[in-house]
Amino acid sequence: MAKARSSVFRSVASHAILLAYTFIALAPVIVIVLNSFKKKLAIFSQPLLPPLPSNYDPVGYVTVFSRGNFPLYFFNSIFVTVGTVFFVLLFGAMAAFALSEYRYRLNTVVGLYLAIGIMIPIRLGTNAILQILVASGLISALPWGPLVALILVYTAAGLPLSIFILSEFMRQVSNDLKNAARIDGMNEYKIFFRIVFPLIRPALATVAVFTLIPVWNDLWFPLILAPSESTKTVTLGAQIFVGQYLIDWNAVLASLSLAILPVLVLYIIFSRQLIRGLTAGAVK
Amino acid sequence: MAGPRFAAARPFRYPRGHGLTDVPAPPPRKPVRWHIAVFLAPAAIVYTILMIVPLISTLQASTMTGDAEHRAFIGLGNFVTLLTDPRWSASFWNAFRNNVYFFVINMLVQNPIGILLAALLSNPTLRLRGFYRTVIFIPTILSFVIVAFVWKLLLSPLWGVAPMIMKFFHIGQLFQPVLGKEQFALTTLSLISVWQYVGVPMMLCYAALLSIPDEVLEAAECDGITGWSQFWKIQLPLILPTIGIISILTFVGNFNAFDLIYSAQGALGGPNYSTDLLGTFLFRTFFGSTLQLGDPNMGSTVATMMFLIILAGVCLYLFGIQTRLRRYQF
Repeated sequence: MAKARSSVFRSVASHAILLAYTFIALAPVIVIVLNSFKKKLAIFSQPLLPPLPSNYDPVGYVTVFSRGNFPLYFFNSIFVTVGTVFFVLLFGAMAAFALSEYRYRLNTVVGLYLAIGIMIPIRLGTNAILQILVASGLISALPWGPLVALILVYTAAGLPLSIFILSEFMRQVSNDLKNAARIDGMNEYKIFFRIVFPLIRPALATVAVFTLIPVWNDLWFPLILAPSESTKTVTLGAQIFVGQYLIDWNAVLASLSLAILPVLVLYIIFSRQLIRGLTAGAVK
Repeated sequence: MAGPRFAAARPFRYPRGHGLTDVPAPPPRKPVRWHIAVFLAPAAIVYTILMIVPLISTLQASTMTGDAEHRAFIGLGNFVTLLTDPRWSASFWNAFRNNVYFFVINMLVQNPIGILLAALLSNPTLRLRGFYRTVIFIPTILSFVIVAFVWKLLLSPLWGVAPMIMKFFHIGQLFQPVLGKEQFALTTLSLISVWQYVGVPMMLCYAALLSIPDEVLEAAECDGITGWSQFWKIQLPLILPTIGIISILTFVGNFNAFDLIYSAQGALGGPNYSTDLLGTFLFRTFFGSTLQLGDPNMGSTVATMMFLIILAGVCLYLFGIQTRLRRYQF
């Protein structure tokens, strides 16, 4: 009886804390989305009112879809983001496996070498990156070359952190399991792809989420490497509404609200892996 | 005890012609483990070409002076200027102090909240956990443009939402234009950064808490350790390595922070440089601003200093803390 009551109390308390934080997290975002449907005057005079018939005005969305090529921008953003996540997860997990699984002379050195990248924003090397990519001909050779260049740069930027996180999680994968597979005659590649990779799915999902967010929201490298109309990303595309003297707030709010959607969908896809990866594990 | 002496006195020998002797055979040559190289190669190649080489070119620029035509090597001269010339050192140390404060607030507010939320969410009987997890993470997926805009909208004294709400509760006279006052601006921006990034420690801790096997928790329950004490005694010690990762990520992220300040307060880190971080200081130095011309060499010097500061912090963590963390395999 006492136990039942305390667990009811605990679950009520949990819900109260989580609901309170949900409100803190969500309220500002809701303000943005609501205001994207309102008249310009109403955005500033009554920012808290929901869109009503009196102040409803979808002009922002109309502008977004009439000016600029937003479906293409969306495609470009998704192409770059998904490509980056794929390579960061694959290359990062492979390197993390090499670092956490085997003992060899240069292990620590290689680990530190790959960790340097966590400490430096890749932007510091922008000048040299641009020179290298232009010299390689990647940017000018193909129409979608700049997008591939973006994927490469973001992969280089995302790898150090993903290796750091993944190797921490890989150390927790049971040695018995791997050794059992070795005794059964699996080679190291199969052990990696068939045993370790599925077992660290929650960590992979986490890394995927951390990789995709800065890539999706980045303004810096699209501006430098892929500024032409056919290779613009959404975040860069939204900037056409931010002028030097005049900002089209309706269009900015509408394009920003639209830009939240795809990354939210990607996030939900990856975060589902968090649960599935664990219930399907081999040792559990 | 007698064994070794006996063996020394009468070494065992195989009969001649048997092919086996007591002479130790040369250690077998270990085969080259090519798979290690295969696993490392793709990451190492991409990373070296697009991260390390550009970084080295930045480091090189920090020892140079002059423009593209008249470059000259001056060794550590730029560093001496940065740390001793009052025009530079005042700004540098101001940005450094602000950055430390920014980091401390993030560390003390963001990470405990994140761990608490993850602990609540990891309760398997809790309903709506997927909903909470998704919603609490939404601020993290927003771009800095949105975050800065929404908080400026909420906190603005002119058409802000905060004064309206405070008036509604009859505490309107307490309202302050926090982003415009020197004594509040940095704290406010730190808390905005906390708001934005609380999802990161939450997600990492959540993943770590989920990977604790049920048997461990069931064993604890059999011993009467439930609820809060289970969290403190079982779960928290088991996720310490993850908390270590979170701390180092917070440290590195905060000392590289730039976008939030730039989109909320501009490149000058106003009001009166009170929110100037190393990132914004670097940006001004590198690319110039309304008040100064850009100087790529001094910019590279600031970048190198940031790199050294972060390197020192990370090494402190890697050698001082990480090696002492106990890990458990399940």
